Amino acid sequence: MAHGPATLADGWVKYASRWIFTTNHKDIGTLYLWFSFAMFILGGAFAMIIRAELFQPGMQLIEPEFFNQMTTMHGLVMVFGAIMPAFVGLANWLIPMMIGAPDMALPRMNNLSFWILPFAFAILVATLFMEGGGPNFGWTFYAPLSTTYAPDTVNYFIFGVHIMGASSIMGSINIIATVMNMRAPGMTYMKMPLFVWTWLITAFLLVAVMPVLAGAVTMMLMDINFGTSFFDAAGGGDPVLFQHVFWFFGHPEVYIIILPAFGVVSQIIPTFSRKPLFGYSSMVYATASIAFMSFIVWAHHMFTVGMPIAGELYFMYATMLIAVPTGVKVFNWITTMYKGALTYETPMLFSIAFVILFTFGGFTGLMLSIAAADMQYHDTYFVVAHFHYVMVAGAVFSGTAAVYYWLPKWCGKMYDETMGKVQFWIAFIGFNIAFMPQHFLGLAGMPRRYADYGLQFADWNMVSSIGAFMYGAAQILFLFNVIRTITHGKPVNDPQVWEGAEGLEWTVDTPAPYHTFEKPPEVK
Amino acid sequence: MLKRAQALFLRSLGALLALAAVGKANAESAASQLNMPQGVTEVSQAAYDIHMIMMWICTVIGIAVFGFMFYVMYAHRKSRGAVAENFHENLLVELLWTIVPAIILIVMAIPATTALLKVYDTENADIDIKVTGYQWKWQYEYLGEGVKFMSELRTSQDEIYGREPKGEHYLREVTEPLVIPAGKKVRFLITGNDVIHSWWVPDFGVKRDAVPGLFTSAWAKTDKVGTYVGECTELCGKGHAFMPVVVEVKEQEEYDQWLAAKKQEAAEYASTIGKQWSFDELMAKGEEVYNRSCAGCHAVNGEGIPGVFPALKDSAIALGPVEEHLRVVVDGVSGTAMQAFADQLSEADIAAVIHYERNAWGNDMGDITQPVDVLNYKQGK
Repeated sequence: MAHGPATLADGWVKYASRWIFTTNHKDIGTLYLWFSFAMFILGGAFAMIIRAELFQPGMQLIEPEFFNQMTTMHGLVMVFGAIMPAFVGLANWLIPMMIGAPDMALPRMNNLSFWILPFAFAILVATLFMEGGGPNFGWTFYAPLSTTYAPDTVNYFIFGVHIMGASSIMGSINIIATVMNMRAPGMTYMKMPLFVWTWLITAFLLVAVMPVLAGAVTMMLMDINFGTSFFDAAGGGDPVLFQHVFWFFGHPEVYIIILPAFGVVSQIIPTFSRKPLFGYSSMVYATASIAFMSFIVWAHHMFTVGMPIAGELYFMYATMLIAVPTGVKVFNWITTMYKGALTYETPMLFSIAFVILFTFGGFTGLMLSIAAADMQYHDTYFVVAHFHYVMVAGAVFSGTAAVYYWLPKWCGKMYDETMGKVQFWIAFIGFNIAFMPQHFLGLAGMPRRYADYGLQFADWNMVSSIGAFMYGAAQILFLFNVIRTITHGKPVNDPQVWEGAEGLEWTVDTPAPYHTFEKPPEVK
Repeated sequence: MLKRAQALFLRSLGALLALAAVGKANAESAASQLNMPQGVTEVSQAAYDIHMIMMWICTVIGIAVFGFMFYVMYAHRKSRGAVAENFHENLLVELLWTIVPAIILIVMAIPATTALLKVYDTENADIDIKVTGYQWKWQYEYLGEGVKFMSELRTSQDEIYGREPKGEHYLREVTEPLVIPAGKKVRFLITGNDVIHSWWVPDFGVKRDAVPGLFTSAWAKTDKVGTYVGECTELCGKGHAFMPVVVEVKEQEEYDQWLAAKKQEAAEYASTIGKQWSFDELMAKGEEVYNRSCAGCHAVNGEGIPGVFPALKDSAIALGPVEEHLRVVVDGVSGTAMQAFADQLSEADIAAVIHYERNAWGNDMGDITQPVDVLNYKQGK
């Protein structure tokens, strides 16, 4: 235990073994973060292909069949490969340091939960090169398009989803066990940083819904290979059952993605406002209520499927209610900034953009909750715009903010502030050029997942594609900035790093030593 | 505020780009692309109204919240000498911003409920039309009238793949539109044949999923004669973007004439079913039907898509007994993407396409399948 981690100087074998067999929460956090960034670039490449094809009406670059594979893989890779592992990576790095624990509670399982992920995605992505092509039924994989009418490679997709689910469940169990058992003396629940709180709640959501997803894909597997008819009306099943099961997983899933992002922003805004988070306890309660509500609103994704009106009304009212706790969070962030002493470093810029754009996505979400209007919005680009405002400007912006905010603590080097700000502005402007016009496209009647479109949609599609390429370019700058920080960054030695930062992770040395809090700190 | 500002900024940017790209962009067409259509039915008007109410409420709240936020961001900058205070709780404020939004939501729920009740008011219809989604076309059946037809995309592959200039109605034109009379309440009973589709006519405010094995219903009643274009809005495979919905609303008199003509057509067809076709007539007709209805999966050259859709060239079915070939085409193959074409194609079409498959691409059976053979097969069951 006394010696440090193997480095390249110890030779390739030792260095590789360190990463493969590591049980250190920081190493595993790093693995998760790099993996998720690789997936982010891959999913982004799929998005670039989509936007290039949609640059003009007509089929220019790819066939509709491959276009469907691209939209499907873009969604799957971004949700399961990029955003979720990124936040698990942050959780691994930060939760032990934030609660004063030496490591995660279940370090070997931690290793396993990471190392099965690359295999899951290798299997998923390999389908693109197989006979019949990759999954082409959308990331929501509605039956029977994903069962009777799917390419044979759907079996690989199902296997991949099972592995991802297992990885997520193990990761969540680990987080729950760590937070419940390994807090330093005096670190009561209501003293935990909000990032830990949001992750604890997220972990419970994951444990609850990942098995539901596993159930859905297992039923698909049975329908495809073993002659059952869960989702086949001709055999007594029901295609709509699939949608209910999927969205019972899928709606909590979107909160699984966004809650840790709330946590990150709730750490960063107080730091750069130099003022404690406003309404800490209401933040905790709001997070818990959002999590609870996520279980009882799933069918608002299915307003056009022909539910009885009582069902429609219930799901509409319940969905509208989510605006209340979400509003509380936004008001709290803004009031945290009120009468603070604000500075605008890169993490703060991304966090403020998060608050603005996420709130904007919340407004369109509220509009979507109105069932009668949703009959017009449903499955159009209005929905695509809505969820990219909350997923990209929400989750991805907050993930980027987190990397800039904690990078100096992780590697003991300061990133290039100018480059960070340039990246922010390219990303912010590019994002809005890409996705704001999609609201107009959707309202004007362009359905989502369309490989080709009528001439009346040509202008805004071209604008949207240009914005998307801009946003894509910003990510290359991000990668460059991070690598350059690690190789050439200005060393930081102050444990505090940021003037206004509070919390246990800022009390350990910078860069954070391989093992921290081997003796638990005293929290008053 | 931000939304408006961004909308304005993007509107001008979009207009500029459109000018550069197309060379003719007028402000009206650009403006008409920005918002939901008001449409021509009570339902679409209700959807539009509630949409506008929600948008204005969100805009006002947005201006207030973001306005305050931008003020804070400007006024409380450290570089302006701001010193941070230390408060972090205020029960009254926190209660207020929980209760006030809840009240606003309750107020919103009232028009939202009224609008939804309108959408669901499908009782007492004058006309019932069954809408069936197929990969990748729509079938319309006038219940009780004996009129039934397929409606497919008319835009050519050459236009789609840029070998010909795109026409004015690119992807918005079909072989045969749905026709309904003005001033009558029309109920649509919507279902799917293979995968889930979704039948959307924005100007009617009608969007319903076409789920195989289930019926969903929607309705429309309008006085405005005209042509209304919609889309399929549920991912249904590679032809998803290529199965538009076109509805023509005609005056009652014109509608009656049209319906009478359709009935006449059906009667004439039935009387000619016993006709004997020549080998070449069947080949010509078969090629046309094959390329329209079969080539999507089995490819124009009959080689299919390896691993997904089987080849017909040199296949056991096309070179085997004709009864088996009839069975596959008429009844489909359950558990696979091969649909039953019994209701999709006429007897003559099925006979021609089977004949074509048995005698094209080097398949050389030399036999002839006549429409009456198909009819006999269907009735022989």
